[in-house]
Amino acid sequence: MRIFDPHIHMTSRTTDDYERMAAAGVRAVVEPAFWLGQPRTSVDSFVDYFDSLIGWEPFRAGQFGVRHHATVALNPKEANDPRCRPVLDLLPRYLDKDGVVAVGEIGYDSMTPAEDAALAGQLALAVGHDLPALVHTPHRDKARGVERTLAVVAESGIDPGRVLVDHLNEVTVKLVRDTGCWLGFSIYPETKMSPPRMVELLKTYGTERMLVNSAADWGRSDPLLTRATGEAMLLAGFGEDDVDRVLWRNPVEFYGQSGRLDLTDLDAAAPTFAGNSILRGGE
Amino acid sequence: MTPDRLRAALRGVPDPRWLDAALRRVATEPTAIPRLFATAARRCGREPLAEPPGWTVDEAARALLLTALPADHAVLADALYRQGDAAEKRAVLRALPLLPIGAECVPLLHDAIRTNDTRLIAAALGPYARHLEQPAWRQAVLKCVFTGVPLAVVDDLDGRADGELATMLAALAAERHAAGRTIPADATDLLRRLGAGSHPTTAREA
Repeated sequence: MRIFDPHIHMTSRTTDDYERMAAAGVRAVVEPAFWLGQPRTSVDSFVDYFDSLIGWEPFRAGQFGVRHHATVALNPKEANDPRCRPVLDLLPRYLDKDGVVAVGEIGYDSMTPAEDAALAGQLALAVGHDLPALVHTPHRDKARGVERTLAVVAESGIDPGRVLVDHLNEVTVKLVRDTGCWLGFSIYPETKMSPPRMVELLKTYGTERMLVNSAADWGRSDPLLTRATGEAMLLAGFGEDDVDRVLWRNPVEFYGQSGRLDLTDLDAAAPTFAGNSILRGGE
Repeated sequence: MTPDRLRAALRGVPDPRWLDAALRRVATEPTAIPRLFATAARRCGREPLAEPPGWTVDEAARALLLTALPADHAVLADALYRQGDAAEKRAVLRALPLLPIGAECVPLLHDAIRTNDTRLIAAALGPYARHLEQPAWRQAVLKCVFTGVPLAVVDDLDGRADGELATMLAALAAERHAAGRTIPADATDLLRRLGAGSHPTTAREA
């Protein structure tokens, strides 16, 4: 089973997770820029964070044979802090980078006017940089948040086929299914979605434009729930090809629209430096 | 290494006209370089070059872009490094010996050597490291041994390796030996060449 986790915050995970993920078949990840739990108070904190997403983190992932890409944006929560808003002016520089395959996570948290402006502005950046967009949907007041998100997406003029609407569930899936957008589902130990519930949604709505992620971060989450979902699909009667479509080909197709997804040489072993393993780095 | 040699090596890129245009543009409009530098790998490729050995296509293309600047090489190299992803940083480091900058960009070497990204550490120890002060150079060589970067990447290794480096390497070998581990063979060979003994026990006594 080859797995592409299209949404996981590896910055908040340990190297043990990379080892377990690689052993479970995770060969590629996309790490969206997000909130770090502790609110940031200056643009420079974002610079260091974004630099890590296109510098250290891909290197760390590579040591375990996992290919790492990122999405970059001002997240909805921090869009409300005037000290963080100048991050928007910084984004074009990052949106030119090879490892950046979408604008994201953008979207709503509390549906404030500041979030409206940041969402619309960043959808325009995605269009301007010819990049797809990863759109987070709010945890509270979710259904109305999804409706409002879809309205802003439609107004922006971005091709819906280049938009991934994430963190959907049984209620909100219906709102997105016929919009042409891609549908993301985060599988969590308790909240969001579970593997059995995800299987039911795949039975009902099919596998087209459906993406499954672990959205693992600093909270209670599990980077192996992508694999668990694939296994639950097989047990429920889906074929290997269905699993490959949901866990590999769909995310490859969505992020591949950036023209920057680099999955070459993924079959090679962990990177070596002129024949020497670099796994010893930092011992 | 010379710009002409890199230029010749890049004749086979998929879109040579893009590279030609980018080089001309940088020569007349230096402020255009950040975007062209960021885009170069997607336009030219990333695979290793057979000639010159040890270079990749993206490194060579980006180094050429830097050499095509009409002025302010040090300032722009610094900015491209500071604002670059890991591959861009590596390309700046590789380009430094080709630029008319004296020792101005030594702070970039310090930055690269501070990281734990072995590709950056290796790129910092090319010919431009001749500007690196000896204590920092010794620490960088030791870090190569520590992190498994082959010593073959270190320019002028035998010309610069000294008794102090031998002492540091011998101490590392002794520590590793005490833990039932070894140091890489190329470090053992260097110690032997420095006359500090090839066996960890000898090294410990040294």
